[in-house]
This record gives sequence, C-alpha cells and structure tokens, in this order.
Amino acid sequence: MNSTTLVIGGGISGITAAAELADAGRQVVLIEKEPYLGGHVAGFHNYFPKLCPPSCGLEINYQRIRSNPRISYYTGARVTAIEGGYGHYEVTITLEPRLINNRCTSCGKCAGVCPEEPKAAYIPGGLAFPMKYTIQADLCKKEACGKCLEVCPYDAIQLDACAATVEIEVGKIIIATGWSLYDAGRLEHYHYQQEQDVVTNLEFEHLLAATTRENRQLTRPSDGKVPARIAFIQCAGSRDVNHLPYCSAVCCGVSIKHALTLAEAYPDIATEIFYIDIRLPGRNEKLLERAKATGRIKFTKGKVGRIIHHNNRSGLTLEVEDVMAGGKRYDAFDMVVLAMGMTPNHIDKDLAVNMYGFYLEGQPSGIITASSCKRPMDVSSSVKDATAAALKTMRR
Amino acid sequence: MMAEKKHMALALCSGCGIGAALDTDKLTAAATGFAGNLPCMQHEALCSESGLDVLHRFTKEHEVDHLAIAACSPRVKSEEFSLTGIYVERINLREQVAWVMEPGEEDTQMCAEDQTRMALARLHSISEIRPYVPDHVNRDILVVGGGIAGLTAAREGAEAGYTIHLVEKRKIPGGYAGRLYKLSPEGAGRNTLSEPDIQELVREVQENPNINLHLETTIQSISGEPGNFTVRLQHEKEQTIGVGAVVVSTGWKPYDTNRLGHLGYGASRVKTLEEFEQYVRTDAVPGRVLFILCAGSRDKEHLPYCSSYCCSASLKQALYVREKNPDAEVYIVYRDIRTVGFQEEFYKMVQADDAILMTKGSVESVREEHGEVRVVVKDSLIANEVTIAADMVVLATGMVPNSTIDLQLQYRQGSGLPEIEYDFSDSHFICFPYETRRTGIYAAGTVRAPMDIEQSREDGAGAMMKAIQSVESVKRGEAVHPRSGDMTFPELFMERCTDCKRCTEECPFGMYDENEKGTPLPNPARCRRCGICVGSCPERVIGFADYDINSISAMIKAVDVPDEFEEKPRILLFICENDAYPALDAAGVSRLRISPFVRVIPVRCLGSINKVWISDALAHGYDGVLQIGCKPGDDYQCHFIHGSELTKKRGENLQETLETMMLEPERIRTQFVEITEHHAIVSIINAYVEELEAIGPNPFKSM
Repeated sequence: MNSTTLVIGGGISGITAAAELADAGRQVVLIEKEPYLGGHVAGFHNYFPKLCPPSCGLEINYQRIRSNPRISYYTGARVTAIEGGYGHYEVTITLEPRLINNRCTSCGKCAGVCPEEPKAAYIPGGLAFPMKYTIQADLCKKEACGKCLEVCPYDAIQLDACAATVEIEVGKIIIATGWSLYDAGRLEHYHYQQEQDVVTNLEFEHLLAATTRENRQLTRPSDGKVPARIAFIQCAGSRDVNHLPYCSAVCCGVSIKHALTLAEAYPDIATEIFYIDIRLPGRNEKLLERAKATGRIKFTKGKVGRIIHHNNRSGLTLEVEDVMAGGKRYDAFDMVVLAMGMTPNHIDKDLAVNMYGFYLEGQPSGIITASSCKRPMDVSSSVKDATAAALKTMRR
Repeated sequence: MMAEKKHMALALCSGCGIGAALDTDKLTAAATGFAGNLPCMQHEALCSESGLDVLHRFTKEHEVDHLAIAACSPRVKSEEFSLTGIYVERINLREQVAWVMEPGEEDTQMCAEDQTRMALARLHSISEIRPYVPDHVNRDILVVGGGIAGLTAAREGAEAGYTIHLVEKRKIPGGYAGRLYKLSPEGAGRNTLSEPDIQELVREVQENPNINLHLETTIQSISGEPGNFTVRLQHEKEQTIGVGAVVVSTGWKPYDTNRLGHLGYGASRVKTLEEFEQYVRTDAVPGRVLFILCAGSRDKEHLPYCSSYCCSASLKQALYVREKNPDAEVYIVYRDIRTVGFQEEFYKMVQADDAILMTKGSVESVREEHGEVRVVVKDSLIANEVTIAADMVVLATGMVPNSTIDLQLQYRQGSGLPEIEYDFSDSHFICFPYETRRTGIYAAGTVRAPMDIEQSREDGAGAMMKAIQSVESVKRGEAVHPRSGDMTFPELFMERCTDCKRCTEECPFGMYDENEKGTPLPNPARCRRCGICVGSCPERVIGFADYDINSISAMIKAVDVPDEFEEKPRILLFICENDAYPALDAAGVSRLRISPFVRVIPVRCLGSINKVWISDALAHGYDGVLQIGCKPGDDYQCHFIHGSELTKKRGENLQETLETMMLEPERIRTQFVEITEHHAIVSIINAYVEELEAIGPNPFKSM
C-alpha cells in the first residue's frame, strides 16, 4: 500500500486538498497542467460576497506548499496514463517543456529582450507561483531569435527542451480538474464572435483584474473607451435545453459582484442585470442587498432574446422580454457581459460521468473526485469539498 | 540557562541586479563592522548549483547555525535556502531594495546596509525554537450532534482509523434528515423523490467498532486544548472522556413561527414545511395547497439570509400533494426559485405539471375565513394584485442555527463558538471555510451555514479532516492554518505580569484562560501564533522564541540614523507578512520605485506590534512609523480576525505617547492594502515619506 496521494489539478481545490493532506502528515504530489498553480482563481479580480482578492488566500496556500516538505508539485504537467489499482496506482506524468529550467531566478531579463508581442517569455504577475518565467513555445521563434539565451546569466533558458515523462506510484488519487467556460460562440443570437464588446463573465473578470494589476481604468475592447452602460445577461446558455440544461450555481453571484465592483469604483457606469431567478443562496443574500443599496444597478427579470448586430456601427441593442412589465423592449448598451456557465474538465482516462459529463462520486476504488469537476459550485463549496475529498483518501 | 554561543554568518548574493545596485564589499564590511567576527561569503548566483555548493561548504566550515542570506525575497527559492539544522534569516535585498531603488545611489546602499544589520541583530537576539509538544496527545475525536453532518463526520473519521465519540441529545440519531418523509432528487438525471436513506448511515455508524455512540447525552463541559480536551458527558450518570479535537454539528431549528402571524401562522390551515412533512404521512391532503416561499426569510425584519433548502423542499412537498391527492392543485408563490446546479432538472419537472402553478410575487396578507385561506399576492406574474383561495397554506420557513452555548467550553471568552453573522458559527474566509477561532473545534453542517443534505455530508467530512489535522499538528508541535508548520509559541515571563487581562481579552482564538485574579493561563495548543498577545502586553512579558520584544527592538536600533542636517529621513515600516509583504514584493517584480529612506520589518500581524517598538523607533530618531496591513472592517481580510482592527484602536493610545514625547501625530500612520495593490502600497509609502519630509526631522535625532 503506497501512502502517497496524487492530486490532479492545481486550482484552488487541488491546492487545498494537497495542503490539507500534507498538514495532516501525508505525502502528496500535486500536478497542474498550466505552468503556474492557482487555476481560474489566480486570474480573478475578486471573490463574492466579500469582494476580496483571491491572491490573498492563494498566498497562504502557497506558503503552506513552500514550507511543507511533504508536498511536491509539478506544473505544466498532465497525466497521460494511470495503471494499477487501489493502493498502487502507477501514473505517467508528461511535463510540457517550459523552455526555462529551475535555475530561473525570475530576474526578468528574458522578458526584457523578448521581441514578440505578446512576449513569449512571461510571468503572470508578481504573485505567481512558482516564481519562475515560462516561454510560450507557440509564440517563441526559438534559436532563430535566441535573444533570451544571450542575456540569461543563469543558464536557465533551454529552447530545445522536449517534453519529459515522470512515472510515480501513488496509493490514492484526487481528481480536481475543475471547469471550463461554456463556449459563448455557440450562442449565435448574442454575436459573441462578431461583437468585440460582447464578452464572457470570465473575460470581464480578467479585464477587472488588469485594472488593478496595471493601475488603469476599465475600458471596453473595441475602442478603449470607458463604457457608460453595461448589460449582464444571466443564464447565457444555462438552464437551456439546447445548451447547458443545468444551473451553474455561481453566475448570479459573479454578475452581481461585477456590477457592484463597478458601482463602487466607477460611479458613472450604469449597469443592468437581466435574470430569470437571482440565485444567491445562504448568507450571500447580503451581496444582493448591498448591490441594491447602491441604487445604481438595475435588476430586470427577463430573458434577452438577442443582441442586434449592426454592421458598421458601434453600440449594442438588446431585445429584452421584460417579464414583470410585460412585453418586449429594446435597449442600447456599450458593453454586454454574458454570464456563461461551467462545463467539467477531464483527464485522459475514462471515468464515470453523469449525463452532462461531470464526474460521479463513484469511481474505481482509491480515486476520489472533488469540487467543480463533479458539480458546478462556488469557491467556498469547492474548498469544502476538496477538504472532504482529502479525508476520503485517508480511508483505510 | 545560558544558550550556547551562536555561530552566525552572512551569505550575500550579487545576482539579479543586487551587485549592480550595491557595493557588495562595502555591504559585507558594514555587516562585519556591526557583528564583529562574522564569516561572510559572496556569490554571483547563490541559488545556482555552484552557489549552493559554496554555501554548503561555507556553513560547514564555519559550523554555522544562524545564517543571514542577503538575496531575494523569502517568498522565493525557499527550497534552495532551507538548510538542515540552520536557522535562516532572509534579507530581501532584491525585491525590496535593488529592484525598487536607484542602483548605485548612496541611499540605496545605506538601506541595504541597514536591512542587513537589522537581520543580524535579529539573528543575534532570538532564542532557540523548542516546540510545544504535550507529553500525551489524545487522537480521539468528539462529534457533537448526530444529524447528517455529524454522522458523516463520525463515519469518515472512523474509516480513517480514528476513534470517534458521537454525542447526540436525542434517543435516535439522524437529526432533521432522519425525520423526512421523502428526499428531493440529488445529482443529474434523477427526477423522482426517493425514500430516506439515512437509516443506512445510522446503521453504519452503530456497527462501526471505532465509533462510540452516546445517545440521549448532553455535554457538561469541554475544557483543555487541541490534543487534550477533557469532556464531561451526562447520560444517566456523568462520564468523562478525553479527545484531541471536536466537530460541532448541532444543526438547526425552523424559524420561530410565533413571528409569522402576518403570514397567517396560528390558523389551523396554515402550516410550516416541517409540520407539513409530518402531516402528509397521516392526514388527507386537501384539494388546494398554496406554498409561500421565503416565509420570514430574505427579510430584514426576520431572517435576512436565504436558507438554501426551502425552494427545493417546497417543490418536493408540492409533489407530495399531487401524489397523495391526484386531483389537487398547488400554488407556489416565490421571489426567486433557487434550485442551483442539477436541481434545475427537478424544478423543470415540477414546472411541467399543469396542476402546479408557480408565480413570482409578494404576499400581502393571509386570512383564514369561511373554511379556506385567502392569500393576497402583489406584483405577481398574473396580475398586480390577485387573491388566491386555498384549503391549506404551507410556509417555507428558514433555518436558524442551534446555539453552540451547549458545548459548555470552559474558555475565558465564552462557552460557545464565536458567530460571525446571523448566529452562524461560520468562517469569515471564502478560501478557508473551516477557519475557526477555537483551534481544534470545527463547525459542520447547518450550524455553520444554511445548506442542504448533500452539502451537509461534504461538510461533515471536511470538518472531520480539519479535526484530524489539528490533532496531528499538535503531535508535531506545529501550528495549524494560517501559520501551519510554525513551531514557536508564546512564552510568558510571569514574574512581571500585572494581571491586566489584555492578552486574555484580545487573543482572537481564546488561547488564554484566566484564574480568579485575572492571571493568564495559556493553552499553547490553541494558539495560532499571530502574536497579537505580544502586541497587547503593556508589560512586554510575552514573546515567541524568534519573535519577541527584544528581537524586534534590536532590529529597530540596528539602523544607523543620520543626524538632522543630512536630510536623510528614516521611516520604519512595519509590514504584515500575509498580504502587504507580498504586495511589496510584487512592486519589486514590476520595478516600481520606493523611497530608499524606508526600513522594513515584517510582522506576523499588525496586531502583534507592541507600543514599545514604536516609542523605541521614535526615541532612536526615526522620523515616522508606518504600519501597513490587511483590511479591517466588516469584510476584513486580516488573517487573524481583528489584528488590523486592534491596531486602529491602539493608534489612539499611541497618539498619547506622541503627545508625551512632544511629537506630531503624523509620525505614526496606519494604512491598509489588499495583496494585489502593489501600485497602492508604493504610493502610500512614497506619499508618507514626502509628508514627513515636509514636517521636518524628528527632534530626538540629535539626542
């Protein structure tokens, strides 16, 4: 019986499961497919209902990983094979080359000379973990350029690095692969592909995060102007038999958070939220009260039938079915945020899923599924479930 | 007892721009000038293979046990620079000096030299870390409350090999879920109501040899600390057990119906969800049943929050009505239907039944007359105002958490768990839902937050995980979150204690009990190592091995303060390690510019700053003291609950200190930032330096 646990997925759930286990005295290997830990939340501007920055909790968790010798982690890593069974899983991990090795000190010289735009050599901000640069292979001209090779004083650049594989044996596996946003391009009536100022909730989150990181104003993508009116379309592709029949549990909270963040930081921006039901269970009701109290966020119960796409003209007109007032109305906005739902991420192994592709609880013995790859849920619920999953791996 | 003489040394890295910004030889000379016979080494890339090789040989050769590494931030290269058997102090010359100050300038050099002296002074004055490990650590775990969360917690803990004591005040375990007629569907693709399965869980718990089930039992008292709690139980006679940690899953009760007269409660035809759940088992269901959702919920006059379970419970009961009386009609008046996740399917299924009419609306009045109940609904989807007649009305009442006072904690700060809002013993932190202010005691299920059965099960398991972790951490002598792994703990020099009670009152975690005189009685395993007691103590008798009054004072005094004619002000910056320090590092990564007049001391929490450090700084000639920490207030981000809040409060007392020293009030400043606000932290620091330059030098400089 191998006593090490493998955690697949280095987002907030996987990080939590790994740190909780290691703090309880267990050996853990954590793997993440991206070059950095943190998953979705590392790119978020803030959490609801407190409107606090996710980096704050991530930093504590990174500190737990740094100081706990029982955790090892791989980034840029994917599971390519799982063999064996309960107590002795043999796992093959493929490591994508980050083209920069562990000698990197994060001095930033490579990014300084990188001629590409966006830069091939990058680090996603000053709170990234691990604090090491990565070269994006698809943006880099490799030896044809080689400028970074010349300036790196630490022999850290390896432009010819190839994928490597690592084989490890573990006793149990936690799957915390998280979620991806539903494809907004499939909602043709909202012209996401054609209209630059129609963005997803995740893109809007990243826009807000950039304002703090770069110390600048929020601007809309098409012309770089500060938008005056922003619409939020709830259940965009959710609770919809043609797309995602289920409710993704977080999108109401996310849009209200966005509108509230705007109301507090940009008093001149007017926002309107179009919803079917406002779903903010538990104590999060307070967020709704706080949003309403600003007096600057309009809530309209109704579906947005379509966004009217004008050729050669800016501005977005929404066709709204206003349920309470009765009938249709047309309204113009400068920017539209689509509250898109969650779909589950998978690993390269057939595991039991439900009708929507989310992982079921019941899996081969010793494989535990956790958090949002199991069911749409918010951060707090994900952390809670990841902690519960950690205990399930300790079953004898 | 005299500690053996320390073998200190300094390792200096000149890589990453440090060598270009500073004269490293001069820096080494300043260090030896300060610490005397100090072995020093330099390398152009200390974290490289060759650098580490040289470092390892250097520390071995000089038998180093206390090492200052002047290089990058302690937040990076931590694996490379953790050296077995050596206490390492990292001097952040990269992110917080070389990357943020003008290279080659005299002021930059002075800053680096001061920061180095400060680190050496600290290394010199700290004591050896000897962890607090009790002689005997009890690994058994107490679960209070045998509902769904408690039963799951008990089973999962027992499966992991721990002995569990499950205490339930009733005769039959199962809690609220055990009294249900049927269950709502859980998961995708399941659209039928199911028979309650909780009895299976109860049987598993009853049959598990690792679980001691104490039914019809109450708690007389819980005293002690993680790893060593003593619990007095009362069944027929009193019994005392020892446990290492506690899961509290005491559940909820429905909202007080006496306060729902405005919704018709009191009339015979008006029932609550709980009452109707039992009613359908035995009584005939009438032809017209109306459900009022959010009855006393999402309402400032009653429960301001949403109880999460009532929408789906009401939909379930609507199906009871249809099942028991196929001719019946059902009306549901809601504000929002909150069937999140896969419950949406269940909602769609109920919606598809033509005999179940749902409308958004607000209930104006409920009156029983002529053998029926007339409900006036406003702002509905049907009309502005409509009266619906029904034979029975069901009020979907919300959840009220049971009080945790019955835990009878023998803690100076009270016998229950601290509540954060609406009487829920929840965590304040989104990323740490099991954060607790009573270390080793974790709330689970509906006593923590409104939740349904599925969530309660997950919550029970999660809280049990934290309980197990807490016991295992005590065994290793380590703190739990957020300073997990920290092996220091507060030690008190009792001879000088005046029983002023500040530490016992201000500790956010109730670490200190008190005897009748008010003398603090520490329970170190409850401690979370924030140091707020260090900051609270006017007699300065509390300290950690590597974080005490003397070590920080020594750092403050290690700075060379130029005289008033040099026009080089000195600002002491106390910076919270948790959020502000990483933000300052991020400013370095972005190469923002910070005034070289600032000298940085990281603190465990703003609340750990003792007043004496501030007067030391002002007496030593610093021109001002700036404290930067996490945000206080309702949505506080302080990891130690009220550290930042206390700092604000203590600020008032500090103003008195300034007055007695005849100094301007501006010489002390407290500011708050978020971890992502690296631009803001730079502006705060630079603006404060400018402000002090305008005020002029501290008159104590010349003394």
